[in-house]
Amino acid sequence: MSLAIGVLFAVGVYLMLNKSLLRIILGTTLLTHGVHLLLLTMSRLKTGAPPLLSEQAERYVDPLPQALILTSIVISFGVTSFFFVLAYKAYQKLGTDDMEQLRGDNDE
Amino acid sequence: MNNLLILPLLIPLCAAALLLLFKNNVPAQRRLSILSLLATLAAAVALLYQVRTVGIQTLYMGAWLPPYGIVFAADMLAALLVLITTIVAICCLLFSFGTVGEQRERSYYYSFFQFLLVGVNGSFLTGDLFNLFVCFEVMLISSYALIVLGGTKRQLRETLKYIMINILSSTLFVAAVAYLYGVTGTLNMADLSLRIAESGQGGILNVIAVLFMIVFSLKAGLFLFFWLPGSYSVPPAAVSALFGALLTKVGVYALLRTFTLMFYHDPGVTHSWLAGMAAATMLLGALGAIAYSDVQRIMNYNVIVSVGFLVLGLAAASHAALDGVVFYLLHDMIAKALLFILGGLLIRIAGTSKLTEMGGLIRQHPALGWMFFLAALSIAGIPPLSGFPGKLLIVQGALEQQYYWLTGLSLLSSLIVLYSLVRLFMGAFWGEAKPQAKAGKTPSFAMYASAAGLTILMVLIGLGAEWVYSFVSDAGNTLANPDIYIQAVMKE
Repeated sequence: MSLAIGVLFAVGVYLMLNKSLLRIILGTTLLTHGVHLLLLTMSRLKTGAPPLLSEQAERYVDPLPQALILTSIVISFGVTSFFFVLAYKAYQKLGTDDMEQLRGDNDE
Repeated sequence: MNNLLILPLLIPLCAAALLLLFKNNVPAQRRLSILSLLATLAAAVALLYQVRTVGIQTLYMGAWLPPYGIVFAADMLAALLVLITTIVAICCLLFSFGTVGEQRERSYYYSFFQFLLVGVNGSFLTGDLFNLFVCFEVMLISSYALIVLGGTKRQLRETLKYIMINILSSTLFVAAVAYLYGVTGTLNMADLSLRIAESGQGGILNVIAVLFMIVFSLKAGLFLFFWLPGSYSVPPAAVSALFGALLTKVGVYALLRTFTLMFYHDPGVTHSWLAGMAAATMLLGALGAIAYSDVQRIMNYNVIVSVGFLVLGLAAASHAALDGVVFYLLHDMIAKALLFILGGLLIRIAGTSKLTEMGGLIRQHPALGWMFFLAALSIAGIPPLSGFPGKLLIVQGALEQQYYWLTGLSLLSSLIVLYSLVRLFMGAFWGEAKPQAKAGKTPSFAMYASAAGLTILMVLIGLGAEWVYSFVSDAGNTLANPDIYIQAVMKE
């Protein structure tokens, strides 16, 4: 599990350091996936019954990380789709997706 | 239990949803926005009154008692910040009538405005670390929309960078939350504070603390502020006033909460880092403020300097310094909103944002000129204006902790800030009027009214500092003694 997180982080960071905007966005998504797995792992991977009182089990799993991950997934989904639309719009208007050329005006 | 706590979130949220229905009816949108903010103001005043008379107010969502469930808690600091946020928002809203343009108003501008307030107020009131993340995201997503609304080339370009930085810092935020949850097994701030105090703040918790420091510094513009000057200069003045006054301050608030309530056991590591970053921020921000001759840029670097100054107070962390931080935070939200609004008016009148192309504006616009002058003096901390008491307390607190060179640096940066703003004032208002390339527009009464309201408030806070201080010292007291907050949240 931690290996997968490490790989996701590494690939995400590598992609974010790229010049192409599309790759940067994909990098951010991979990074968020890595963080979600991290959240799952950090709360300790346990086996047990669902956390319902009627289950009468000896061990219950912790429901909180799953709630957190779900929230985080929704947020990152929204932000990523907005980022994609924005990147497309920027590509249409600015005619490039190369971050080197998006640095800023010289007169500023 | 007090349901009043949710109102500063709920009112703007409902208003934002309602505003979506009136896409093409701009007058109705304006009326509804103002109405919603006035209702929020009433709720904020009532909340402040209750916190003042009864003490810290809490709300347990769905009656799940802490450490389970989501907690909202309003101590004096949060109540004061919500109140000032609402006042600043009203002035920015008044200023945006007529300045942001019909096109934006039809593109859900007011909805995003209200959503932004939901996020800001939520961040101040929440007592749960993950909920803080959610409120941050609400605030940031609306800020992405506000910053890019209009869709010019510069806006698109700067928004790309702004979003990228914020996605990165949000990702780190979740990672830090994950580590903290792994170590302590809770995310309720009061409970976290207890557990960290029990286990002692060792190596792992220090690493997590520094991770949080990086996250909030990115949001607050503390040292990691490279994204700020570019992105704050692209949206219209009303939006950058809102951003300059509120967004970075939410980051400062998060730092304040994290490092006074939770990670206060090992100041040798965390607080000395904060002090170093504050020093670098003040120095670099001050350099930036004198390096540019563009009105927008000068104002943006002024935001950065004040963040550095606030964090210096946090790093000193004595009672006086924390009082000072609260006082200066309140002052700075008002003063920065005022500065950006006046700057926006200035650019509007002159038709350019370049200082070299302005001049002699005091003859046609004396009121604007003198308000600008007052704002400059207040930001530099000249008594009896509102910047002075906060600055005095922070300096006093820092000297108590024997941060001599840091205090010297902060005073030096104040002087440089004064110089940069007076240079702006002299360049724009004194001298001969320059033949203008494009004729500027004359501002309307509502725009002047929003600036005048903030100016009067600023002067009143300065003159009534003794009365304001009674609130501020209450807030500072809670910050200096985390047990008060913990007991209020965990009592039932």
